Amino acid sequence: MGKHINGVEIEDTFAEAFGMWGARILITAINGKWAREAAVRMTGFATSVIGCGCEAGIESELEQTPDGRPGVSALLFAPSKEALANHLVNRIGQCVLTCPTTACFNGLQAEEQVSGGGQLRFFGDSFQISKVIGGRRYWRIPVMEGEFLVEEKFGVQRAIGGGNILILGSDLPATLRAAELAVEAMQRVPGVILPFPGGIVRSGSKVGSRYKFLKASTNDAYCPSLRSLVSSALPEEVNSVMEIVIDGLDVPAIEQATRVGIQAACIDGIRRIAAGNYGGNLGKYKFHLHKVLEEGTPR
Amino acid sequence: MTVLTLKSQPRALLEAEAIRPENLDRRPAAEIARLMVAHGNEPALLGDFFDVAGDGSLEIVLNGDLSRVKNIAARMTQGKVVVNGHAGTHLGAEMQGGEIHVFGNAGDCAGAEMTGGKIHIHGDAGHALGGALRGSRRGMRRGLILVEGSAGNETGAMMRRGLIVIKGNAGDFTGLAMIAGSIIVFGKLGLRPGAGLVRGTIVTFRPAELLPGYRYDCRYQPDFLKMIFRDLKDHELAVPENCMSACFHRYSGDFNRLGKGEILIHDQR
Repeated sequence: MGKHINGVEIEDTFAEAFGMWGARILITAINGKWAREAAVRMTGFATSVIGCGCEAGIESELEQTPDGRPGVSALLFAPSKEALANHLVNRIGQCVLTCPTTACFNGLQAEEQVSGGGQLRFFGDSFQISKVIGGRRYWRIPVMEGEFLVEEKFGVQRAIGGGNILILGSDLPATLRAAELAVEAMQRVPGVILPFPGGIVRSGSKVGSRYKFLKASTNDAYCPSLRSLVSSALPEEVNSVMEIVIDGLDVPAIEQATRVGIQAACIDGIRRIAAGNYGGNLGKYKFHLHKVLEEGTPR
Repeated sequence: MTVLTLKSQPRALLEAEAIRPENLDRRPAAEIARLMVAHGNEPALLGDFFDVAGDGSLEIVLNGDLSRVKNIAARMTQGKVVVNGHAGTHLGAEMQGGEIHVFGNAGDCAGAEMTGGKIHIHGDAGHALGGALRGSRRGMRRGLILVEGSAGNETGAMMRRGLIVIKGNAGDFTGLAMIAGSIIVFGKLGLRPGAGLVRGTIVTFRPAELLPGYRYDCRYQPDFLKMIFRDLKDHELAVPENCMSACFHRYSGDFNRLGKGEILIHDQR
């Protein structure tokens, strides 16, 4: 007997995810508009490590921030600690330092740290000033607008990228609506981001391609227009599929996001919820949909 | 908890370096009373001047007017010392960690050359608060000093790192030859603040007369001060609410030295 929620079949499969390194960056500004602006820029072009080198997204808007101003929390993920350090400095340097009125703080208490403000301070051309406040070192970098305050070190920890669910619907409007509802629910979970536009991927990929120069290509098994041309994974009456990719700081966060996402997506017009995997041979983490849902069921 | 109550006022200065938590910890009261102190140039026992109650622990409470007791908690590394009364000179000098709370005034050189920990003086502080000891080239190197009242001259002289906050006024030569660190004075600065300042920050909430070695930069709201003010609330130091939105005039100096220091004067408008 298969598992169903609101008449929607939950496929007995798993999402295959990979080890990453993650950091949490807190951005504050004179008001929410500018904090969000910096965060949006900093997390731009960071949908997939395949093409962008890192994955990033806005985690939440903050009610309490280190300097008491409006702020936004963003998560940044990369395949290695070194790559993460590199992207962190580049993105803060190009997108937060440059944005009016912002300040930037570490939001992750972790054993391992990478240099953030410690690298960016050189922009101050020797006029930068360091301050230790509450046992943490910050750099004051003089800029034309005033002063950019950035924390010296950012905590990094092992994290997970590539958690996902696939929403298989009877038509595009229903599938998009289900995906939007899922995103809305998943974005409330702390410690995760959905790195794709609006949290949704319409172009899920498979590993490899018929073209030798390409590492990833369209997930033909889930393309409705290729149903008769390939070994399709789509049931009858499915005419649109959307994927939600989840990056998280730990396993429970991804499980929780998967759980609430599935529950929110099971609406009229949705035929099945599935997940993307590579047969379990590539990723270290496997999120079995049935197990994840059972663990969230009150006993 | 170890409670030491002054039973007879020393006629000369009593040098009591022995009074620090790690030195008293786990000693029986009788043994604590036999610890050596110097009364003027004469050796004496701690018990000659103090009643000792409770066995040794990392928390010491001192009762009485100890303004003639020097070096209380000097070089302490951990624990907590509470002085219910005035403290003498060199309170917490060269301390490395732990906390000192004085519910009275503190003498000169409190927190001199400290490298860590916190001193909270609920009354006034003397001269050379967080400064350098005579003959030394560096003052306070890390840590936090909070003064609810006013402080004397040469506060933070030659300090290298750390934070000194004075809710009242500060005397002359505040931040003399300061190398780095921060001094915040909610009251008035005395004469010649920041003389010979190399780096570091002096903040005042009252108008101040600056030396010619300072030049005006701008009027702005530095974010780091908001962080310091928030941090002070965690240390139970009440700061005025308007601090968080305060604007400051920034002056760079002292150009007789490196000139990379700053004095921030609250914009009263």
